[in-house]
Amino acid sequence: MAKSKPRVKAPKKASAGDVVTIKTLISHKMETGLRKDKEGKIIPRKIINKFECSFNGASVFSCDILPAVSANPYLEFTMKAVESGEYNFKWTDDDGSIYEKKSKLTVA
Amino acid sequence: MMKIFGKVAAIVAGSALVATAAFAEDRKSYPAPKDHPLSEIISGYEFRTPETRALQDDDFENPAYILLDLGAELWSTADGAAGKSCASCHGDAAESMKGIGASFPKWSKERNKAITVEQQINICREEQMQADTWKWTKDPNMLGMTIFVKNQSRGMPIVLDNSPEMETVRKLGEEVYYTRYGQLDMSCANCHEDYYGNYIRADMLSQGQINGFPTYRLKWNGVGSTHRRFKGCMKNIRANPFKPQGEEFTALEAYMMYRAVGLPIETPSVRN
Repeated sequence: MAKSKPRVKAPKKASAGDVVTIKTLISHKMETGLRKDKEGKIIPRKIINKFECSFNGASVFSCDILPAVSANPYLEFTMKAVESGEYNFKWTDDDGSIYEKKSKLTVA
Repeated sequence: MMKIFGKVAAIVAGSALVATAAFAEDRKSYPAPKDHPLSEIISGYEFRTPETRALQDDDFENPAYILLDLGAELWSTADGAAGKSCASCHGDAAESMKGIGASFPKWSKERNKAITVEQQINICREEQMQADTWKWTKDPNMLGMTIFVKNQSRGMPIVLDNSPEMETVRKLGEEVYYTRYGQLDMSCANCHEDYYGNYIRADMLSQGQINGFPTYRLKWNGVGSTHRRFKGCMKNIRANPFKPQGEEFTALEAYMMYRAVGLPIETPSVRN
């Protein structure tokens, strides 16, 4: 798979005080940097090394990811819904590229 | 002593029977047409554990959706010397591919044989796009495209191509289905017709329906095609498997569609 495509499942609506579950997944081969190719040369490391989710600019959840994480990293976390706003999901790749996705939440 | 033991055994056996019957009633079944070998047609989904079903029920959790996304991307990506993509001829897949997954394999007059969705994809790639063909069973591109095409028929009941040629193909498929192969001397029917709903070691036998293929299989830790599954079954009975997309497996697939007639397409499903 050439391109990394982020996917997010987060509720669009919630009542104030609800704890909402957010699921994220990005397709990525997560090359560890420990494997060798047919000629015996090391395949360079290429993984998603950081994930961050912010809500209205404030960080909600973030983590560093290391080579032991398998392909297509899946992360699930919860957040207390207080106000309406917009999520911003950000994945950082070893090669410097950043994959982003946004999603809105309305708190009634 | 023997008497007491006998009584206990009878009670245990009795309760086991009740438990099996109650579980069997929970399975959603579809009525089989007249002269059909099965009394009721049941999707493989119904034989799986609640955890496996939950994976299939949630499109986000279903790991096969990564490949479906890839297929959707490839659909509109031009490839090959002709500079065409699937979309150049077929347009919007949601319209043009609707029902395809529920009706293949079909008879091809030009080729004088039955063709599957996978074969049709490679025919298009070779002749229309002048692109390299994809490998049959494990190539992510082939799997992604097959899932994408068949997914357009999700929820649609399986219908049959009733041409006399396809009847002949299905006859051959039936022969493959009921022939005992390999060192274990078993046919498909020995497990999937005679003993579905029973355990074979730790695994619950299903009717072997193919309405959810290509499927994400937990054992494979990945997605695989119908013919890969056929191959796996044949290896399990210690037989020499036929070639994927060869005449025998294509006929078997056509016959399996007859066995699944009326069952809705679930592609991409999750199985164990």
